Amino acid sequence: MSEQILDNAAAAAAPAQTLPLDSWHRRHGARMVEFAGYSMPVQYEGIIAEHVWTRESAGLFDVSHMGQVYIHGADVDSALETVLPGELKALPDRKLRYSLLLDDSGGIIDDLMATRRGQDFYVVVNGATKHGDIEVIRQALPKDLFVDHMTSQALLALQGPKAAEVLEALIPGVSEMGFMEGNAFHAPQSLGGHILWISRSGYTGEDGFEISLPAAAVEKLAEALVADEKVKPIGLGARDSLRLEAGLPLYGHDLDRHTTPVMAGLTFAIQKRRRAEGGFPGAQRILAELEDGPIQKRVGLDVEGRQPVREGALILDGEGNEVGRITSGGFSPSLQRPIAMGYVAAALAEPGTELKLEQRGKLFDARVAPMPFVPHRYHRKGA
Amino acid sequence: MTTYFTQEHEWIKVDGDIATVGITDHAQEALGDIVFTEVPEAGKQLSKGQEAAVVESVKAASDVYSPVSGEVAEGNQAVVDDPSLVNSDPEGAGWFFKLKLSNPGELEGLMDEAAYRAWVKTL
Repeated sequence: MSEQILDNAAAAAAPAQTLPLDSWHRRHGARMVEFAGYSMPVQYEGIIAEHVWTRESAGLFDVSHMGQVYIHGADVDSALETVLPGELKALPDRKLRYSLLLDDSGGIIDDLMATRRGQDFYVVVNGATKHGDIEVIRQALPKDLFVDHMTSQALLALQGPKAAEVLEALIPGVSEMGFMEGNAFHAPQSLGGHILWISRSGYTGEDGFEISLPAAAVEKLAEALVADEKVKPIGLGARDSLRLEAGLPLYGHDLDRHTTPVMAGLTFAIQKRRRAEGGFPGAQRILAELEDGPIQKRVGLDVEGRQPVREGALILDGEGNEVGRITSGGFSPSLQRPIAMGYVAAALAEPGTELKLEQRGKLFDARVAPMPFVPHRYHRKGA
Repeated sequence: MTTYFTQEHEWIKVDGDIATVGITDHAQEALGDIVFTEVPEAGKQLSKGQEAAVVESVKAASDVYSPVSGEVAEGNQAVVDDPSLVNSDPEGAGWFFKLKLSNPGELEGLMDEAAYRAWVKTL
């Protein structure tokens, strides 16, 4: 068979930085691959089993490769609004907001989560882009603001319908938070007594938490979490299939400098006041796209048959004209069929539109599908 | 009956002039959860090194090349209907296709089981 399949195994031998839980992953049977410059677990027992476990119980993800940044000084909210299109001035304390780091033409440099912590902001960015992001933020913000890369912090995600029950047993109070809310908690003395920053958020479409803590303390917490039989460690493979089912874009694949928030269907990240006032990078183009509609739109696709159609496949209209490309695609373990995400000409973006996909010379029937493919089950307060 | 192995992680079980071809346990392990297979139809002529079948896991797509030349006698419908059979029984029920060998001399120089298992350990 072709050697492509063994490339994954070969990549594991390449030099890469190690994360605080590196040896812990290996002890738990992880297959390690290089991702974002780090050696990371792609799977433990198998992607499908881990995926299903997260949807049914609780999965523990090590996302310590991501960039954690703490921004403090005077008027951080106003300053950040010059690089992000979100409403940050009115963001309440301890609330998270999904946002986008934009370039001057409205292209997406990265997607991120920003949380107000008093007058300060805690921002989590993608691992592969973090150094560039921090540079962009430092350049853009007034020199009297501090942009601290929290390199000694690890980050865990606990995701799934049983995540709240599991974490509440270790750290009482966490289950009182609603979706997109965060707070500081004390770890019990048995786990080191450190301060943990925990938010109710994640990248799977499930209820769950993200936990920022000192790297020196992360192994004890990871071990305490998997000691609960409801929790298993989950690798990057299932993280990708879970977020695809949830319709969540992955930077570098579904988002990049050639896509704008409007093309990507992320206009919820641009709140009303920002649309009225502008004042963020690329505002001219983005506001025009909001008004007139973008040329292309990100869509979900149901693919006929069983064969996965992956990133790079062409999207064709009924006459065989190229109208876009697949940016993420794979087999959905929850739905037991292939699903994909891609960009198409705006006129073809309506759910139900019949399209063809072309991969390695073979044609597939596909239909534009509403996203998420698998309903979100976030814990929304008052919902 | 003799079983041969290739450096492309295929096995070829030869019984008379019929060869059964599949991927090794090492290959299925490297691929991970297999979700799709495509096998050749009976009657198709395959030459050595030609693309013969497709195997896709959650994370990767791969072609299976025919390690020897011949006419396809049968594709294994069982792995089309249930691709996970390649994970659970790669060197048994998870075979891909049977060939009527047209040039048995091509088997010369392939590894036997002991040589293959020893070689895999060095990877």
